[in-house]
Formats: sequence, C-alpha cells, structure tokens
Amino acid sequence: MSFLTMSFTLAFVGLALFLSVWLKLGLERDMVIATIRSTIQLIAIGYILKVVFKLDNPLFIVLMVAVMIAVATQNATRRGQELGGVWWKILMAIGITEVVTQGLLLGFRITPWEPKFVIPISGMIVGNAMVASGLLLNRLKSETHSHRQEIRAVLALGGTPKQAVMPFLKQAIRASMIPTIDSAKTTGLVQLPGMMTGQIIAGADPVQAVRYQLLILFSFVDPIFIHGLGGHYHHRPGLRNLSHPLFSLSATLVGVRVRRLGWWDGSIYSGTHTPMSLAIKKANTKPDGGPTSHPLTIFQYWATGS
Amino acid sequence: MTNQPEGSADAITFDSVHKWYEHAGRTQTVLTDISGVILRGTIVTLVGPSGSGKSTLLSLCNLLVSPDAGQVMIDGQEVRQWSIPALRRRVGLVFQSPVMFPGTVLDNLRYGPMLRGEQLTNPEDFLHSVGLSEDLLLRNAGDLSGGQQQCVALARTLVNDPDILLLDEVTSALDPSAARDVEEWIVHVHEEHHTTLLWVTHNLDQARRVGQYTWLLVQGRLVETAETARFFEDPASEETRQFLCSAGSREGVPL
Repeated sequence: MSFLTMSFTLAFVGLALFLSVWLKLGLERDMVIATIRSTIQLIAIGYILKVVFKLDNPLFIVLMVAVMIAVATQNATRRGQELGGVWWKILMAIGITEVVTQGLLLGFRITPWEPKFVIPISGMIVGNAMVASGLLLNRLKSETHSHRQEIRAVLALGGTPKQAVMPFLKQAIRASMIPTIDSAKTTGLVQLPGMMTGQIIAGADPVQAVRYQLLILFSFVDPIFIHGLGGHYHHRPGLRNLSHPLFSLSATLVGVRVRRLGWWDGSIYSGTHTPMSLAIKKANTKPDGGPTSHPLTIFQYWATGS
Repeated sequence: MTNQPEGSADAITFDSVHKWYEHAGRTQTVLTDISGVILRGTIVTLVGPSGSGKSTLLSLCNLLVSPDAGQVMIDGQEVRQWSIPALRRRVGLVFQSPVMFPGTVLDNLRYGPMLRGEQLTNPEDFLHSVGLSEDLLLRNAGDLSGGQQQCVALARTLVNDPDILLLDEVTSALDPSAARDVEEWIVHVHEEHHTTLLWVTHNLDQARRVGQYTWLLVQGRLVETAETARFFEDPASEETRQFLCSAGSREGVPL
C-alpha cells in the first residue's frame, strides 16, 4: 500500500469532520489533532521499528519497552492524580505485568527473543495493563467515595483499613477485569482481533494467527498485578488514618488468583470453549475419561504446538 | 465495662488540641487550642453552629482524625499510643445516619466480633438493651425503620462493650417520636453501664435535657464549658448568650 492510496482513507476523516460541523458537535479540533497525532506517531514508530528490527540489539528492545511502560504509566496515573504518589505503584503494576508475562513467554520458548515478537506483544500487554489500571483506579475512587459511610462505620467498630475497604476493592477489581473477559468471550464471533487480522492480511496461515491471538488473550488475564494504593486515601476527608498496608496485600492476592486461573487451567474461558481450552481438556483426558497422570499445561501446549 | 464510681477519673482530656486541613496549599483551621476534661461516667452535650468542628472533635477521640498539635488522652493515655482497634472498641461512635451493613440485624450485631474473628453469644440481650424485640434478629436490617436502624447501630456499637460513646447527632435524622425513643435508650444505657457520653446535638432542648455538662464550640474554638443548667441559665460568655438567643429565636425553643 503506497502513501498515496493510504491518504485516500482520509476521506473518512473528512466525512466525519463534515458531520461534526453540520451537527455542531464541536469535535472538529480534537478530530484534526487526533488525526495528525496518530499519523505522525504511527509513521514515526514504523521507521523506528524498521531500524530496531534491523539492528536486532537487545538494548533497543529494552529501551522501546521502557518507553511504552513510561507512557502507559503517565497515562493511567492521570485517572488517580488526587491520590498523589500513585504513579510509582502504577509503574510497578504495569512493569511487573510486562516482566512476568514476557518472562513466561520467553522462558518457555513460546515466543522467540526477537524484536518483531517482543515489541508488538509488549505493546499489547502494556496497553492492556494501562487500561485495567486506569479502570481500577477510577472505580476504586468512586466505590470508596460512595461507600465512605460504610467504610467509616467499619473503622469505628475497630476494623482494620483492609477490612473496611476490601469489599469495594473487590468490586473495583471485578469491574476493571470485565472488559477483558467480555472481549475474550466474544472474540472471533463479533470481531477479529487486530493482531490476527494483521497476520492474515500479511499472508499468514489463519490457524497460526489464531494461536498467537490466543496467546495474547491469555496474557491479558494477567495484568491485575496492582500493588496496592496504600495510604493514599489519607488525603480524602472521611478516610483519614487508613493506614498503610491498606490495599496492597489483598490486591496482590486477588491478582495472583486471577492470573493462576488464566494461566494454569484455562478455565476462565471454559464457558467459551476456545480451541485451546478444548485441546488442553482433550489432551488431559484419557480415552476412558479419567485425567492423565501428566496434565498438559498451556506452556507445553504452546511449546509443542500440539 | 467500668466499675469505677462516676467522676472518679478523666475519661477524655483535650490538651491544647489543634486541627487543620490543607487543600491545594491553603490551610483551613478546624479546631484551635481546644482544652477540656470529660469526667468518667458523665454526659457532655456538645453544641455549636454547623461547621464549628463538632464532628471533628468527636473523630479525634477514636483517631478517625489525628490531632495536628496538642494531645487527646483517653483513660489517661494519648490516643496515638493506643492500639487503634483497642481504642475504637473502648470508644464507640454512632453516626447521624444509621449505616446498616448488608444482611440481617443479627449480621449487623455480629459485625464487631466478626472483625476480630470472635463469636457473639447473646445478640438478643443487646437488642433488648436498646428496646428492640429479638424477633427482629433475622429481619433484613435495610428493611427496618430509621429509628430501629439507629437502635441497631447503637446496639452494634454496644456489642464492643465501650466505656465511652461518641454520639454524632444520632437523633437528628429521625422523626420526633423515634428521636425521643433513641434518646431515652441512650440515657438508659448510660444509667446501666455508667458509660461516658460525648453527645453532639443540634437540638438545644435535647442538650439541656440529657446533659450534665454542655460545651459550646464556635468556629473551632471552645467558647464555654459549664454544667448544663448553668450553661443555659447563666452562661459566662457573651458569645454563648448570643448563640442561645439566635438559636432560640430560629428554632422557637423556649429557653
């Protein structure tokens, strides 16, 4: 596709601009800025990736991933500005998600240590963790705000801050996971995910493309690795003196549980019968219906390609 | 439960307490140089205009808010030296609007012990102590009337066996007859257990009726602390006189 043919697609932007002016939606300025920004950013990243792929130097891979994490942190932190100092916890959450997920992918040789694998997959992991962190912060703020009476009542009865906040933290975690889980449920039926579509257009075997897409989907159940927002509610009237261990332990525990579910038995998708969950189930069941003595994990499934 | 005779020691002591909040670099002073003593087993009613810092003063006593300067002593020990759960068991707090946790009345009564991993063996006794029938135990707490909910909230606090009760306008969200009931049961609890009460109220009649001592807080300053009868009949400060006059004319309360 040449730049000229690509530029024809600007007609869609033109149509939207026309509608915005006609219906007085006042979106013209933002639309023009968004178009220009995305064009420049994507063209720039295209050339940067070309160079990085060619150099094939681990330093540049790490650098690219670091930039992604930094931008994602900055973006997600805006959802919780009034919590002051929350940025480094978001940074930890997104960073650890990336390191753990990529560590597993690379450690089990699911994907090779090459820029063209590591960078795009990191982009998707980090982007997803960013959305989940932003949603969690937003939801946690609104939940604790609207239930501050209950929280105060638990504290006044001698409950610990963790006991007081736990139900609302769970709510917030649940809410921030819903988009990921919902999109996993309808994937392939409603929309073909971007990476898979891209691979198919580029000429890859659709079944191979599906495998990579599933890999991404499973990695996405990972990102609730939010390491607590402890103590930050000090600044909010009515929640003063919620002391430090506040959210951290609970959030981490819930996160680990969700991740285990996603990683080890695929059962979080059992209602959707993805090819992978069926294949694993089949592989782990003897012909007589009993479990095999050496159950196949997701890693082995991917590693062997069986 | 304390077995000491009334007034034998100080239950709460405020010693030059200051409290301020900082918002966007601006300092907002809530309490200025509060000093006063609440004797064990007495009822102190705390009155003052809205926004004068009454609720903040209450919250200092169970460390929902910590003082920025000065000291608050509970039973002779500074609040910040207490273990917080122990302090909050000793010093119960009941709010203006009753907060019911999801579940039955029994679930609500069990809440305090549950937080500590303990059992509650005699929930019906606590319902009786606030004038409710044990038939309510298995009712959904959210379905009760406002007055009943406030009684359950009071009973839930009493389960922790507090020596001191902080009452934050506990009757002002209720209709007059329910308010009167709740008030009577609180006085009853006080008489039974010699619980020390720090009772914030907007209702000057109530402050006069139930109080042994009355404190007036205006713009974060403690203007007057006096025996209740003297407070209403012969206040020492001109500011108290003005407050009583304006409150009286606004509410039509005969003073």
